[in-house]
Amino acid sequence: MSNIHKDYEGAKLGMWLFLFTEILLFGGMFLLYAIYLAKFPSEFHKGGDELDVVIGGVNTVVLLISSFFVAISITAIRLGNKKACLRYVYITIACSLIFLVNKFFEWKAKFSHGIYPDSEHLKELSQGENIFYGLYFLMTGLHGLHVIIGAVVLGFAVYFIQRDKINKEDFVFLENGGLYWHLVDLIWIFLFPLFYLVL
Amino acid sequence: MSANEQHILSYKKAFIVLVLLLILTGLTVVMAEVDLGYLNVVVALALATSKSLLVIMYFMHLQYERPYLKGVVFMTFLLLAIFIGFTFFDVSFRGGS
Amino acid sequence: MDNAVKAQPNFFEEKRGILSWIFTTDHKRIGLMYLYLVLAFFIVGVVLGLLIRMELIAPGETIMKAQSYNAVFTLHGVIMIFIVVIPSIPAAFGNILLPIHIGAEDVAFPRLNLLSWWLYVIGTVFALISLFTGQGPPDTGWTFYVPFSEFTTTNVSVAVFGVFILGFSSILTGLNFITTIHRLRAPGMNWTRIPLFAWSLYATAWIQVLATPILGITVLLVMAERILGVGLFDPAKGGDPILYQHLFWIYSHPAVYIMILPAMGVISEIIPVFARKHIFGYKMIAFSSLAIAFAGSLVWAHHMFTSGMSDTAVLIFSFLTFIVAIPSAIKVFNWTATLYKGSISVRTPLLYALSFIFLFSVGGLAGLLLGSAGTDVHLHDTYFVVSHFHYVIFGGTGFGLFAAMHFWFPKIYGRMYNERIANIAWLILFVGFNVLYFPLYVIGLQGMPRRYYDYLPQYTGGHFISTVGSWIVAVGLLIMFVNIFHGMRKGPKVGRNPWGGATLEWFVPSPPPLLNFEEEPEVTRSPYNYKGVEPDE
Repeated sequence: MSNIHKDYEGAKLGMWLFLFTEILLFGGMFLLYAIYLAKFPSEFHKGGDELDVVIGGVNTVVLLISSFFVAISITAIRLGNKKACLRYVYITIACSLIFLVNKFFEWKAKFSHGIYPDSEHLKELSQGENIFYGLYFLMTGLHGLHVIIGAVVLGFAVYFIQRDKINKEDFVFLENGGLYWHLVDLIWIFLFPLFYLVL
Repeated sequence: MSANEQHILSYKKAFIVLVLLLILTGLTVVMAEVDLGYLNVVVALALATSKSLLVIMYFMHLQYERPYLKGVVFMTFLLLAIFIGFTFFDVSFRGGS
Repeated sequence: MDNAVKAQPNFFEEKRGILSWIFTTDHKRIGLMYLYLVLAFFIVGVVLGLLIRMELIAPGETIMKAQSYNAVFTLHGVIMIFIVVIPSIPAAFGNILLPIHIGAEDVAFPRLNLLSWWLYVIGTVFALISLFTGQGPPDTGWTFYVPFSEFTTTNVSVAVFGVFILGFSSILTGLNFITTIHRLRAPGMNWTRIPLFAWSLYATAWIQVLATPILGITVLLVMAERILGVGLFDPAKGGDPILYQHLFWIYSHPAVYIMILPAMGVISEIIPVFARKHIFGYKMIAFSSLAIAFAGSLVWAHHMFTSGMSDTAVLIFSFLTFIVAIPSAIKVFNWTATLYKGSISVRTPLLYALSFIFLFSVGGLAGLLLGSAGTDVHLHDTYFVVSHFHYVIFGGTGFGLFAAMHFWFPKIYGRMYNERIANIAWLILFVGFNVLYFPLYVIGLQGMPRRYYDYLPQYTGGHFISTVGSWIVAVGLLIMFVNIFHGMRKGPKVGRNPWGGATLEWFVPSPPPLLNFEEEPEVTRSPYNYKGVEPDE
């Protein structure tokens, strides 16, 4: 049936609306962060000193670079360069894996120090630090989940590009996948200073 | 507007944006080392905001979209700011009986 | 004219069998599936409500123990709010009508629309699972307030996960509707020719998209608290329980506008049709929908005046609350102005619409008493609140839903119900409603707290009258549903335009064909211009 409209601008508007919901989903957590930061400034500072700026910084750079590559992958497909487009998407997915591996080791180190939600060690620390680590695990965890989802979406994009379902004329899937990926980057841009550098 | 009439982000422009983003990231780390008191938060958030503006405007292509889309993106962030800001009406004035 | 139409099968005849329904991408079928589920759960909710009223007919234990009572009122709230009221008009009638209203073949993302419906079903299933597994159904009330919801042993986690999924479904519907209205309007339908029902859906959709995620994260946090013990809301671990209330109401206050705005849209459609007069103040009504949506997002903390929130916040939020009254009043005055000097024909949908205006005004004005900080301290968490929101939600959204059902019934089924019986059902319902809820205002003012299992003897009179009222309402609902059901199958056939409406849906066959229009419509006039529109009975 003619039920399936190919409405390029509609598809993009729909994706932006979905991004708004993601922004507000994280927004609820940022709200909690803002208020607890105001309540426990020195404890948050202490907690921030414990986190590894290098790992956080590397991950920031990795995400920025991946964001760049997904942006130019769209440029490539629109110029009709399928090969380059595929290469750029592969690099983006590789970046997501680097990010996750980094994150894994970071969390693992925290766990081995006895720092995880509801742990005995956290109960001995001050209340402010408990809240800091609680927010840290929930927010970076939720963000990590989005990295995984974004990588899976880009994986589908690869499949479609290979089969020419994403092509010079019809690239809205890749563009929307890219928008999602940029959002993941966008959230990390705020998470990085708020947790690793505080402030 | 069909897909093909859309503006294409050039490789060059994308690369410039990436470089700017990396510089700003470096600046964020450096500024965190300097003790500015409560201004540290302001500076860090200002830098993060300018980074996110770069991402939204160029990587996410908003610069070249129709005005209404810019409008609703702005509204969304405004609403989030209101949610966070209005909650401070409560928490900043609490317990002062 | 009717005979020529037969060439194209209507959307019921297009395909048959259960699979052609549950995997359909046709907006009309999806809307009907929402409607049937909503009505089924409405009946469940009503039965639970009757049980609550039965228990409260006299002080002390009447028909159930205190713990079951807590579970019953929680279920009544969760089912009625999340499963019935929120999807009722927007998801059911929005889906059935929005594309036809704006001259489109379907919504912007038909498959996403089907996904929303499935998420709605799955969320509902989770909510039901929470009843029968674990250590008993949730007993927190529909608000899931911490810290109690963190520590109660009942099955809160599963229930809030169901709410999360239902919220997701609501978001996707909103996303779909915004895109549909932006992208799929028929040629000639500029923003000032969109029917007001579609305008109200547009405003609602924005709330669904922007506020629902906050609920999503809030219930996820409750789960994180329960499962991981993070302590973000637990005072013993440095958390602040009042922040939960902030997050919860940042969504749930705008959510009451998700509930009421579409009903207001329905009323804006019905009033001009039966007054045979152009709606008064079209632009103001459209604008006030957006204004309600925006202003409604700024006032959430007026639910928290007695929570221990700062006095500054109490003052500010109390002031902001009064602002919402302005756009609501704009609507009410415009409706009454439309009726003025109109040639009114009193048919069933108009009766429901008029009772909507009355009940909504009573409930809305009572809301102002709750919104002013001074009176709220006395009224907070009393039966005054219960009565207020039942007037607004049942008297408003509920009667709006019934109005929509009676108004668009001939369009959907191509048949007519028995109008005499429908009017009788309306009268019983309207009388029963006031007998049921008005006494609750009185005992609320006298200090009867809500959600209590037992009460002092001086409230017995009010509770008794109210319980009797609940039986009258049940009788009215029963007659209404039987009449509708009978009309669906056996009612006399009707033409395209039994009421003489001027919006696009009245110019397509009843029931509409699969892709709605026989030829692409072109809009050249206002949806409320009745010049030359003849009823086609």
